[in-house]
Amino acid sequence: MRIFDPHIHMTSRTTDDYARMAAAGVRALVEPAFWLGQPRTNPGSFTDYFDSLIGWEPYRAAQFGIVHHATIALNPKEANDPRCRPVLDLLPRYLDKDRVVAVGEIGYDSMTPEEDDAFERQLALAVEHELPALVHTPHRDKAHGTRRTLEVVAASGIDPGRVAVDHLNEVTVGIVRESGCWMGFSIYPETKMSPPRMVEILREHGPERMLVNSAADWGHSDPLLTLETAQAMLAAGFTEDDVDRVLWRNPVEFYGQSGRLDLTPAGAGEETFAGSSIKRGGS
Amino acid sequence: MSPNGSRPAVAPAELLRAALRDTPQGEWVQDALAAAAERPETAGRSFAQAGRRAGRAPLPDVPGWTADEAARALLLAALPPGRAAAEAETLYRYGDADEKRAVLKALPMLDIGDEALPLLHDAIRTNDTRLVAAALGPYARHLDQAAWRQAVLKCVFMGVPLAVVDRLDERADQELAAMLAAFAAERAAAARPTPPDAAALLGRLTGKEA
Repeated sequence: MRIFDPHIHMTSRTTDDYARMAAAGVRALVEPAFWLGQPRTNPGSFTDYFDSLIGWEPYRAAQFGIVHHATIALNPKEANDPRCRPVLDLLPRYLDKDRVVAVGEIGYDSMTPEEDDAFERQLALAVEHELPALVHTPHRDKAHGTRRTLEVVAASGIDPGRVAVDHLNEVTVGIVRESGCWMGFSIYPETKMSPPRMVEILREHGPERMLVNSAADWGHSDPLLTLETAQAMLAAGFTEDDVDRVLWRNPVEFYGQSGRLDLTPAGAGEETFAGSSIKRGGS
Repeated sequence: MSPNGSRPAVAPAELLRAALRDTPQGEWVQDALAAAAERPETAGRSFAQAGRRAGRAPLPDVPGWTADEAARALLLAALPPGRAAAEAETLYRYGDADEKRAVLKALPMLDIGDEALPLLHDAIRTNDTRLVAAALGPYARHLDQAAWRQAVLKCVFMGVPLAVVDRLDERADQELAAMLAAFAAERAAAARPTPPDAAALLGRLTGKEA
């Protein structure tokens, strides 16, 4: 089984998690830029983080044969902090990078005017940089927030087929499906969505435009819940091909729209110098 | 092969230019270089996009270089005189790992003296073997001896082959020999092997066979 986790915050995870994920069949992942639990207080704090998403994390992932891509954005929560907003002017530089496959996570947290502005500006950046967009939906007032999200997406002019609306549940999946956007589900140990509930949603709505992620971060979360969802699908009678579609081909199709998804297995083009591998190891 | 590797110290810009000319993406490179010379502000975007536009294949005629690295090095070399050092610093600062590596490899081709030395120090501080290795090319002649010795020892620690170090035998001194001997003693105490290239260097420095 091959797994592509389309949303996971590896910055907050240990190297042992990479090893466990690789052993579970995770071969590719996308790490969206988000907040870190501790609020940032200046744009430089963001750029160091973005640098890590396109530098250190891909390198760390490659040690375990996992291909790492990122999405870059000012997240909705910190869009409300005037000290952080100047990072919006630094985003174009990052949106040109090879391993950046979408603008995200953008969207709403508390649905403030500041969030409206950051959301609209970053959807425009996605269009300008020919990138898909990964849109977070709020945890509080989710149904209202999701409706408003879809209105902003429609007004922006971006093709809904290039937008993934994430953290959905039974209540919000229907309207996102109708909008033509992709549907993201974050499988969590207790909150958001569980493997059995995910299976029911797939039964009802089918596999088309469905993205299943672990969204694992610094909170109570589990990077192997993608695998557990795949196993729950098989146990419920879905075929291996269904599982491959939802957990591999769908995220490849969605992020592939960036034209920048490079799934060459890590290590395949390993750097060599004078016949010696740079990753000789053994230190 | 000679002890420190027999390779050209610097891949001249002309060699890189010729190697890219015959690739399918050669036209994009020519246009990007012309734009960078006339409008330096275009270099940043071209630099970021070079992997997608110029490809990432190794260049058969210039061992050790890939198409994207060559395109990026040429972009830096194409900038108007006086702009290269500042632009190299910015491109490195905001570069992903491949871009940073390309900046480091380009430094010896630029007429910037030791102005980019802080970039080497940054690269050597990282834990990314590709950046540490790229920092120890010909531009490392600007590193003082203490920093250079530490960088060489870091290569041994990280498993970076010492063949990447430019002018290794020329610069290696007795203090480096003492550091390598102490490293080998620690490894022996832990019943772990010393990498053969480090043991061989130690042997050459002390006149003993490894």
